[in-house]
Amino acid sequence: MSVFIGKDTRLVVQGITGRDGSFHAKQMMEYGTKVVAGVTPGKGGQRFEGTVPVFDTVAQSVAATGANTAVIYVPPVGAAGAIFEAVDAGIATVICITEGVPVIEMTRVMPFVRERGARLIGPNCPGAITPGQAKVGIIPGSICTPGRVGLVSRSGTLTYEVVNQLTRAKIGQSTCVGIGGDPIIGTNFIDCLRAFQDDPDTDAIVMMGEIGGTDEQKAAEFVRDHVTKPVVGFIAGQTAPPGRRMGHAGAIISGSSGTAAEKMAAFEAAGISVMKRPADVVPLLSARLK
Amino acid sequence: MNLHEYQARALLKAAGVPVPDGDVASTPGEAEALSRRIGGTVVVKAQVHAGGRGKAGGVKLAKTPAETADIASHILGMQIKGLTVHKVLVVPAADIATEAYVGLILDRDSQRPVFMVSPAGGIDIEEVAAKTPDKILRLPVDPRFGLLPHQAMALAFFLYTDIKQVRAAADIMQRLYKVFVENGASLAEINPLVTTPAGQVLALDAKISIDDNELDRRPDLAELRDETAEDPAEVAARRAGLTFIKLDGNVGCVVNGAGLAMATMDLVKYYGGEPANFLDIGGSSNPDKVVNALKIITADPSVRAILFNIFGGITRTDDVANGIKTALAQFPVKVPIVVRLTGTNEKEAVKILQGIGMTALSDMDEAVSKVVALVGEAA
Repeated sequence: MSVFIGKDTRLVVQGITGRDGSFHAKQMMEYGTKVVAGVTPGKGGQRFEGTVPVFDTVAQSVAATGANTAVIYVPPVGAAGAIFEAVDAGIATVICITEGVPVIEMTRVMPFVRERGARLIGPNCPGAITPGQAKVGIIPGSICTPGRVGLVSRSGTLTYEVVNQLTRAKIGQSTCVGIGGDPIIGTNFIDCLRAFQDDPDTDAIVMMGEIGGTDEQKAAEFVRDHVTKPVVGFIAGQTAPPGRRMGHAGAIISGSSGTAAEKMAAFEAAGISVMKRPADVVPLLSARLK
Repeated sequence: MNLHEYQARALLKAAGVPVPDGDVASTPGEAEALSRRIGGTVVVKAQVHAGGRGKAGGVKLAKTPAETADIASHILGMQIKGLTVHKVLVVPAADIATEAYVGLILDRDSQRPVFMVSPAGGIDIEEVAAKTPDKILRLPVDPRFGLLPHQAMALAFFLYTDIKQVRAAADIMQRLYKVFVENGASLAEINPLVTTPAGQVLALDAKISIDDNELDRRPDLAELRDETAEDPAEVAARRAGLTFIKLDGNVGCVVNGAGLAMATMDLVKYYGGEPANFLDIGGSSNPDKVVNALKIITADPSVRAILFNIFGGITRTDDVANGIKTALAQFPVKVPIVVRLTGTNEKEAVKILQGIGMTALSDMDEAVSKVVALVGEAA
C-alpha cells in the first residue's frame, strides 16, 4: 500500500521533450518509476531515451500504454490545458509541477477534475514519492527511504529538509506529497490526511504548512475529529510581514488572517505536536511513536 | 500586482462601467487644465498603493482651476505611508445620495470568484463583515457559466429598491465580472458604488489587483506596474528573476525555495537574530542569480552577515558555490558569509568553496546559529 502513487503507477510525462520534462523523466526512470509514455504534440512516434514512446496526445498514450498517472512539466500558459487533456483522457491521478499557472484558469480546471472523479496534485508542487516504489515529480529520491511516516507539505525544498532529517534519523517514509504553494490547488491537507489515516502502511503523519489561507486550520479540525494516528506539524512564515506574497502565490497574510501564530494555535488545539523549527521533527515524532 | 485607482478606473470604463468624468495628472498645470475642462468643484485624489488616503490629506476638494493647481502642488510629492505621490486623479465632485460596496475576489476555499456586496459602502468592508455580517451578501460564481442574469439581479436587489437602479447595478456587476475574468484579477472592488440625487449609479472609486501569474501572458497588464511605488531593491531583484522582500533585521538570507526561505528566516529569529530579507533564488541552477542576490543584499547597509541556505534538488549546489566565487571576484563583500549547502553535487561545491578559503556547513541549525553569533560579535 501507499498513497496516490506506488508500484501500480504507470506514468505518462506531459512535456517529456522539454528542458525540465526530459531531465526529470530521466531521474524518475532511474529511480524505478514505470514511465510508460511521454507526450509532446508534433513529436508523436519518437522514442525518449531510445525506450519510452512519445505520443501527440495523452489519449493516444493511454490507449497504447495503459497509463494511469500523468505528470505535467509544460510551461505556465499551457499547464491548465494539459490538466484538462489528462483528465479528459481518463487519467486518474494528475500531478502538475508547473509554477505560475494563472489562478483564474484553476477555477475552471477544478470543477472539471471533480466531475470526472480524477485527482489533481498541484500545481506549483514538487510532486510525490513513495520511497522504493515510485517517484512522480522532482523530489530527490536520494534523500528518501522507505518506512511508515507519511508527509504532506505546501513547499518543495522545505520538504526535502525535513525528509532528509527523517532519513538521517532512520525514520522512513510511506509517501511524501508536495501539495503546492498556490492559492487554488487540487489536493489539500485534508485529502492527504484522510489518505494517510486510511493507509495501513502509515503510522504517523508530518504536516508542513505555511502562512496564507485557512487550509491548515481546517486540517487541524479534521485531525481532531477523524485522525487517530499521531500528527506532527510545522508552519513556515512566523517572521513574514502581512500583505506580502512570500514567494508562493498562496503564502500571503491577508489583513490579520492566515498568520503562522493562528495556524500553530489551531494545531495545538487539535492535538498536533507543533515543531518550532524543522529539526524538531525527529524528537517530536519519536516521542509520539513510543 | 495592485493597480492604481486611475488604472482600475480605465479598465472599468473600457468595459462600459459608468465612472465619473476626469483624468490623471502628473503636474499642477495638468491638474488645472483638467479642472477647467471638467468645470465646477473637483476632487483631487493622490494615486498611491495605500489605504487611508483621505485621512492622510491625499484627497481634497477644489472649487476653481487655480485652487486645483494649488492643491495638486501640495499632494504631488507628498508621502503617504512611505510612498511618494507621483500622480493625482482629478474628477468632478459628485453629489452622493447613497454609497454601496461591490467586491469580487478569487476565493481560496470555494475555489471560485465570489461576489461580496453591501449597502454599507464607502467604509472598510472587513469591519462591516466583522460587526454587521447580515449587511453583506456573498455569492460564489461558477466560472463555467459566469455570472448568471438572476444572480446579478439578486446582488443588485440587495443594494437598491428602485428597479431602474437595480437594473443599472446588475449591469455593472456583469461588466465588473468580465473585467475580473478577462484580466486575471485576484480582487476587483468598486467602493463606493454611488447613486446620485438624479438616480444615476456610478463607480466612484475602484481597486483591482492582478494575479502575478497572469503577467507573463499579458504584457499590456505588466506595463501597468508602477515601479516607483516599490522598494528599488525589490525591483532589481524581480528583474534578475529573484523573489526578494526587504525586512527590518541585519542577517541577509539567500535560500532556494520559498518554504525553506521562510523557515530560514524563522530559524534566524529562533536563535535570537533578525532576518534582513526574504530571498528565494528559485529552483534553477544559475550562478548569475547568486551574483545578483549578493549584489542586492550587500547594497543594504543594515546587513551585518549573510547566510546561504541551499538544499540541492534541481538546484545544483556547485552552481551556487560558483556563483559565490564569481561574486567575490567581482566585488568585495565586507560582511561575513556563512554557507550551508547539502544535496545535489555537494562534494564539488565544498571543493569550490575550499578553493577560495571558505568552509561549507551541512546542517541548517548549525549555520543559522553561527551567523546569528557572528552578528552578535560584530555589534
